[in-house]
Amino acid sequence: MLKCDNLHVQRGGKTILAGINLTLQDGEVLAVLGPNGAGKSTLLAALSGELLPSLGQVLFADKPLAAWLGSERAQRLAVLPQQSSLNFAFVVDEVVGLGRLPHASGRQRDSEIIGLALEAADAAHLRGRNYVELSGGERQRVHLARVLAQLWPGQGGQVLLLDEPTSMLDPLHQLATLKAVRAFAGQGAGVLVILHDLNLAARFADRIALLHQGGLHAIGTPDEVLTEGNLQTVFNLPVIMSRHPELGCPWVIPR
Amino acid sequence: MKPLFSIRLVFIALALGLLLAISLSLSLGPVAMSLDTPWRVLLSRLGLPLLVEPQAQLIIEQIRLPRTLLGLAAGGVLALCGVAMQGLFRNPLADPGLIGVSSGAALGAALMIVLGAGLGGLAPEWSPYLLSASAFAGGLLVTSVVYRLGRKQGRVDVATMLLAGVALAALAGALIGLLQYLADDATLRTLTFWNLGSLNGASYSRLWPLLAIALLVLVSLPRSASALNALLLGESEARHLGVDVERLKRRLILLTALGVGAAVAACGMIGFVGLVVPHLMRLLLGPDHRTLIPASMLAGASLLLLADVLARLLVAPAEMPIGVLTALIGAPFFLYLLVRGRSHA
Repeated sequence: MLKCDNLHVQRGGKTILAGINLTLQDGEVLAVLGPNGAGKSTLLAALSGELLPSLGQVLFADKPLAAWLGSERAQRLAVLPQQSSLNFAFVVDEVVGLGRLPHASGRQRDSEIIGLALEAADAAHLRGRNYVELSGGERQRVHLARVLAQLWPGQGGQVLLLDEPTSMLDPLHQLATLKAVRAFAGQGAGVLVILHDLNLAARFADRIALLHQGGLHAIGTPDEVLTEGNLQTVFNLPVIMSRHPELGCPWVIPR
Repeated sequence: MKPLFSIRLVFIALALGLLLAISLSLSLGPVAMSLDTPWRVLLSRLGLPLLVEPQAQLIIEQIRLPRTLLGLAAGGVLALCGVAMQGLFRNPLADPGLIGVSSGAALGAALMIVLGAGLGGLAPEWSPYLLSASAFAGGLLVTSVVYRLGRKQGRVDVATMLLAGVALAALAGALIGLLQYLADDATLRTLTFWNLGSLNGASYSRLWPLLAIALLVLVSLPRSASALNALLLGESEARHLGVDVERLKRRLILLTALGVGAAVAACGMIGFVGLVVPHLMRLLLGPDHRTLIPASMLAGASLLLLADVLARLLVAPAEMPIGVLTALIGAPFFLYLLVRGRSHA
């Protein structure tokens, strides 16, 4: 669906990403892991068209990203940035409603979708609240609801890009957010999510892409990618690999 | 959700306030009239058989109506440009002056005033037009320089533009200071009064350029309301929502340069309307531009008309500069809302 071939990205004359080949399939959750400065956010910026590749290209539905008309692309591709700089006293519903901008689905339908998206992001109780009075974690969930509303209800051919959607959340909401993302992918959309928590990635991702110094070190299922050797090389982190006692997915225990 | 009736209530109040401001502006002055006289004059013009004093008719049609229309258009357009700039800079404290249009216009006017005096005085029948044209051109010129300085790799960098605007405003201020230093006493007085703004001397022939531009801003800006809402999220977020951000920025800058340029050219420097009115409406109605834009227009027009009525009455038969009054009315109200907002937050 979303595909990059031999992607190179430079920033200020410095090569940040080199030779990345990646395909995000419909309905899958692809987690991107890597240490600070590995190029995760740069990859997301290139995949969303914010940064132009210095070499290679990004194809969305077999069409170069830059060839898409802004509003048509926005109906199919949504992006959640790491942090929002919004500082105006919108009501929470209005913030989520901004996600409906690319659509002309009418006030009634939009209001329904705003409610459903907030529920999916476990933020339904924030309806009617003033956005600027929310905590960082609550704001993060409102913005998740906004990008979910942008693609609601989710279908094949759509792509959702998330940059650390759990960075400000408590443990319960980290789980809730990834469950929501998983469920959303279940509707058919491809989801690429940058994460820092290896165990969250192991539990919720279909595939994991491990970035190391601007290149793709490994990509595959959690079982294939999360190995003691890979984590030692990429994160310089000695670990013991185990399994989640109830779910059976890989479980990373730092030594 | 905010209850809908409160939005409706605010708009009803704003519309009634504007009607009252228009009535006061048309009926008060050296020759006082009852509040309904101006409406009778206007309705009789439309063919209704109403008894109208010829003297009142003359005063209203030739003096007060153009002045009122000038105030309506300037106040509305300044407030709308304030909305555009606060949206562009994603900062509720942004002012139309930030992109250099006000300082450029002031420099243009000062040049014309001082050069005109140096050349032995401009022909009186031409001087207001030359002054307006020079102010308008100065505003557009400085804004276009600010815009060019802010362009990087095909994109307009708003932060760079802001800094360029500040630097060019300082430069324009220095040049105006130099002109003031060179000017004789009479010219200095003209300069000072022009810098404080006035609706005095309004005439239909000087009104129409501003009216045309005000109409353009009034029709264009609401079409960008939803895009402006998205822009408050940030430029890349707005792009991800399908907004053509570069086009939107160009449009906002152009409308503001035209609008503020024309308003300053027609009535001098009138501060505070563009800053306070949108901010105030945002406190009342929230940041949604679909309501903010029409509300700011109504409130800006009302504020300027009321300030002008006071300007005429306070020191009659002389006149106070209107820029002094917009600040005198606007600033305390603004402070009150700030303090009240803080205690509620």
